[in-house]
Amino acid sequence: MTGRRASLMVTCLGDLFFPEVGVSIVRLLRRLDVAVDVPAGQTCCGLPLFNSGYHADAAAVARRTVELFQHSEHVVVPSGSCAWMIKHEYPGLLSGTPLARAAGELASRTHEFSQFIVRVLGVTEFTAAVPGRLTYHDSCHLLRGLHESQSPRTILGRLKGAELVPLPGADECCGFGGSFAVRLPEVSSQILAKKLANVESTGAGCLVACDAGCLMQMGGGLKRAKSRVRALHLAELLDGSR
Amino acid sequence: MSDAELATPFRQRAGGAMKDAFLQEALTIATTKFIGLRREAFAGFPEGEALRDQARAIKEATLQQLDHHLETLIGNVERLGGHVHYAATQAEARSIIVDIARRSGARMAVKSKSMATEEIHLNEALEAAGVTPVETDLGEYIIQLAHERPSHIIAPAIHKTKGQVAELFTRALGRPAEPDPEALTRIARGELREKFLQADLGITGANFAVADTGTVVLVTNEGNGRMVTSLPRVHVAVMGVEKVVPSFSDLMVFLAILAKSATGQKLSVYTSMVQGPRRAGELEGPEEFHLVLLDGGRIAQIDGPLREALSCLRCGACLNVCPVYRQIGGHAYGYTYPGPIGILLTAMLEGTPAVRDLAHASSLCGACADACPVRIDIPRMLIELRREIDDQKIAPWTERIAFKLLARMLQSPRLYRISAKAGRLLQRPFTRDGGIRRLPLVFGEWTRTRDLPPVAARTFQERWASDRDLRA
Repeated sequence: MTGRRASLMVTCLGDLFFPEVGVSIVRLLRRLDVAVDVPAGQTCCGLPLFNSGYHADAAAVARRTVELFQHSEHVVVPSGSCAWMIKHEYPGLLSGTPLARAAGELASRTHEFSQFIVRVLGVTEFTAAVPGRLTYHDSCHLLRGLHESQSPRTILGRLKGAELVPLPGADECCGFGGSFAVRLPEVSSQILAKKLANVESTGAGCLVACDAGCLMQMGGGLKRAKSRVRALHLAELLDGSR
Repeated sequence: MSDAELATPFRQRAGGAMKDAFLQEALTIATTKFIGLRREAFAGFPEGEALRDQARAIKEATLQQLDHHLETLIGNVERLGGHVHYAATQAEARSIIVDIARRSGARMAVKSKSMATEEIHLNEALEAAGVTPVETDLGEYIIQLAHERPSHIIAPAIHKTKGQVAELFTRALGRPAEPDPEALTRIARGELREKFLQADLGITGANFAVADTGTVVLVTNEGNGRMVTSLPRVHVAVMGVEKVVPSFSDLMVFLAILAKSATGQKLSVYTSMVQGPRRAGELEGPEEFHLVLLDGGRIAQIDGPLREALSCLRCGACLNVCPVYRQIGGHAYGYTYPGPIGILLTAMLEGTPAVRDLAHASSLCGACADACPVRIDIPRMLIELRREIDDQKIAPWTERIAFKLLARMLQSPRLYRISAKAGRLLQRPFTRDGGIRRLPLVFGEWTRTRDLPPVAARTFQERWASDRDLRA
């Protein structure tokens, strides 16, 4: 598997709020003999603009991203929602423009992190950076957008030093939803409260997800509640950098 | 909901619903139960997935030739001796039915559960014309006694606990009732039996109408639908024009998935098929049969952005799985049709400005599209509505400016870097123990219940640019 190359699209939330996730991904991929680069000048995939209906602006952001990554062999994205944006929305946003073809090609070369590890690299054996009981939350875009529920579970199920316990209602939204979280904060918070009650019921010390948005929401709720449960991105759990 | 209630912003209506402990208890129990039942029903039905695709394809094909199928339906209903009326608007539908009631000298109308009659606000119009409407579906009966409106497409009283229903019956019917569903049903049945015999008019909706045969199909569980269509002298069925299906073989596809999606039943207890009025030699059925075809904004969407929503079967599955509906229930939405599909239908029937706030009442989690028996891509259409709301400047100007600024920042790495630095400076007074617990302005909406991670001391891209061992 030597000679593989991948570009990390770190995403806005990953870049600004969770830089350790990007660091973990770089280290992990390198350990798996993947040469990693990070094209300079990255900002965001444009999903917040797209979801709120600002499609011309989202298309302008998409154009930048396609140009930045058009020569990458693979693009690895730490969040299912951003990967979904590139894979499912870019081609439509840029159809009829000179970048239409490049957008289509980028879509097929873009992978959410766990999918890249399991489905592209074929690696499923890791040792847990944080040992003990853990549970997994399905992020909506990864689960229902990219139809992926198995890759993260395959890794977590075989993870040395960890015990994966099922999360009741794992496939239910955490209440993040981007601007939804501040447009209807009371509703968002009540959805979160039910999610976190389910998390606590598992007795897990660690809550794993593959989306920075969900981690911001669930991690923020856990911190506020002074819970002993830590919200971690899958990459952090595999890397052992913390 | 009245105009006065609609004047309350959606966010406040939702907040009120979340403070209602009875509503919260009832909603959680009912939606959780529905989700489990639906899941089980499809788990034991491997052909379900293909049938869902087939059902959607039939709906699409029917919409493409809706004129033709409606003409066939009208021809067949008339051939069977029924009368067909076309209502361009909800108001027209109302006055057509009130006219029928007047002409037939009706004093009382029994009704089977119908969202179309809710949509046209029929009960108020009947009352104003001196006709007493009596809801005979148990849930509808409950909310009629309570002077409320349905809060769910198939379970109109889903927002009430059995204790509340017992109190309501005790108060409204003047006799003690125990909070036991069976006992409560017995009471309602006793009350309603009389009404069936007294009523001159029976009013129903229609789950489907088969064009080929002129058959109106009602899917019910309580048997009241059969009494409404067979006991009174006159039967009026009201249906949205999109409910027509070409043939019986098409109908079978829908019947195979409808009840499973709605209640997790293989089939509903009753599937009633009505073909015109009573014919010579028949023992039961009405003397007169009327079918009211309602447009009310539907036809304009055949080529519109909400076209997919015309495939809706009104099963309610998207409500049960919606994290927003599950917190706030149906009334907070403010219109006849609640939940994710309800937002689309409200936009269709009331116009886009009506859903300025409702279009954002979704985390876009996609559970609705997943549960929909005909796979309506509800999140995509919600986003489409949001786009229209922005483009037509229906969205508040403050929001539009905020997103324009965001767009500028995301298109310029330089502005993006400056914003990160500015964020680091501005967050300083608010950061404690590596978390932000309280922020002003719109950010405070986040921090009231959740910590916010601060902008990192060094962003990933800053680390990548300067850390040699990270790049190596």
